[in-house]
Amino acid sequence: MADPELYPADAHHEHASLAVTERPLARAGLMFVAFAFLAVFLLLPLVVVFEQAFSRGIGAFVEAINEHDTIAAIKLTLLVAVISVPLNLVFGVAAAWAIAKFEFKGKAFLTTLIDLPFSVSPVISGLVYVLLFGASSLLGPWLKMHGIVILFAVPGIVLATVFVTFPFVARELIPLMQEQGTGDEEAALSLGANGWQTFWHVTLPNIKWGLLYGVLLCNARAMGEFGAVSVVSGHIRGMTNTMPLHVEILYNEYNAVGAFAVASVLAGLALVTLVLKTLLELRYGAEIAATRGH
Amino acid sequence: MTSAPAKAGWRFRQPSVIPGFGLTLGFSLAYLTLIILIPLSGLVWRSASLGWTDFWAIATDRRTVKALEISFGTAFIAAAVNVVFGTIVAWVLVRYRFPGRRVIDAMVDLPFALPTAVAGIALTTLYSPKGWMGSLLAPLGIKVAYTPLGIVIALIFIGLPFVVRTVQPIIEEIDKEVEEAAATLGANRFQTIFLVLFPGLAPAVITGFALAFARGVGEYGSVIFIAGNLPYISEIAPLLIVIRLEEYDYAAATAIATIMLALSFLMLLVINLIQSRTRKRYG
Repeated sequence: MADPELYPADAHHEHASLAVTERPLARAGLMFVAFAFLAVFLLLPLVVVFEQAFSRGIGAFVEAINEHDTIAAIKLTLLVAVISVPLNLVFGVAAAWAIAKFEFKGKAFLTTLIDLPFSVSPVISGLVYVLLFGASSLLGPWLKMHGIVILFAVPGIVLATVFVTFPFVARELIPLMQEQGTGDEEAALSLGANGWQTFWHVTLPNIKWGLLYGVLLCNARAMGEFGAVSVVSGHIRGMTNTMPLHVEILYNEYNAVGAFAVASVLAGLALVTLVLKTLLELRYGAEIAATRGH
Repeated sequence: MTSAPAKAGWRFRQPSVIPGFGLTLGFSLAYLTLIILIPLSGLVWRSASLGWTDFWAIATDRRTVKALEISFGTAFIAAAVNVVFGTIVAWVLVRYRFPGRRVIDAMVDLPFALPTAVAGIALTTLYSPKGWMGSLLAPLGIKVAYTPLGIVIALIFIGLPFVVRTVQPIIEEIDKEVEEAAATLGANRFQTIFLVLFPGLAPAVITGFALAFARGVGEYGSVIFIAGNLPYISEIAPLLIVIRLEEYDYAAATAIATIMLALSFLMLLVINLIQSRTRKRYG
């Protein structure tokens, strides 16, 4: 954020002779355009979700949520997040340790590879697992013989989710740990701490807020992923439907209240994520590095 | 702890007293290979085993070409719209002080946090002929839902934060002295903005455009509800992949996915080029 000391809001009064800010009319015009654009494209969709969810009253909303398949979808979404977020958390910490604390050949290439899932369409992220584990794949017959079910079941959904949320924690931690350098760790080691003690007592306290920030974003995406999960889930009601998939099914059945009720729970989650994210940025901005945004 | 092979002149890594290199790099590489590299190379391998004739037949199939055109075309338009309005939003957020600025700043990330399916049904309801926006636009003869215009609307929603969050830090870094110097030398505000500030912002704007464009091309969840999904008119490439999969036409699904992947990587390369150039020019 710009320093208010350096950029006072009324700068144009002090530099009235110099054209270093826009004229009041131009300012008002720009602000109007920006607010109107954000209102139409961000605020209205959010408002519509809650308006539709409660359009038949709170009773209909509760009824829509308290339904067997919806509860199954909520449980599955939580289960998938509980498995995939910690996996990517461990990976993120390990990758950031190797990349930030050491100098080795091919580091830049490795960093690029970690970002790869962000440039792959979610549908393709699901497709690759269908090709790998599907009936027509090399592994397919072997999996079938041994009774291992991956596609159209929880393992496939977890894999697809892990794929799309892969970079979140790592890309948050790498710049942060690079910025912090290796001085603290070297001091701890020279005082006789072993590797694990150094990590737990020195590195982890240094990166905890950045780590939380990465986990927050990773979790939001894990719970909300649609395209990748849609391809591998098989859409079995009450069995392999996550919340976003359940929203689609209800919506296609013209059950608007049901669809928007589940959607409003997800939207509420998104709002909580945004609030926590903003609080982290405000309070611990320096400790989550210059990695605002994505 | 493994120590790097200390060959004269070339070493894999610089010596360090910090432990855990072998463990963390080994785990990271194994995980990356299992989760990302093997599945992705499986796709490329499948595609290669199709043979050139079959691949070309799918790639030039009219429905495939149309779907790719629609995906890339709508993503391009949406990213262009976001460049204009995203830059204005970033400018207003950095330069002006007004109540609620922090809330609005936080709101910009909504498309990152809101699940795409939720955005999809919300936008569809909003722009359907009976919706709040749709009923306003209908008398003007503008149909949004179930047309390619609907796809553009969904992709504007999805892409906005990419432009704002890329441009915003660069505006924050602009040295006020540069503007003062320009003004002192007699430039009016318009000249300062377009001749002095914009050239410095251009690389960030281009990067934001490329990120929004890349995301838009692959986007699925927010689009399929509002698009109407008519083949040749409003059917996007990711949806065509899903349709081919549901028809058990793995060859076609694989080929379309490979084309999309190749085009996306090309764009990733361009983004990296722009970014490294920016870094060289502006330190």
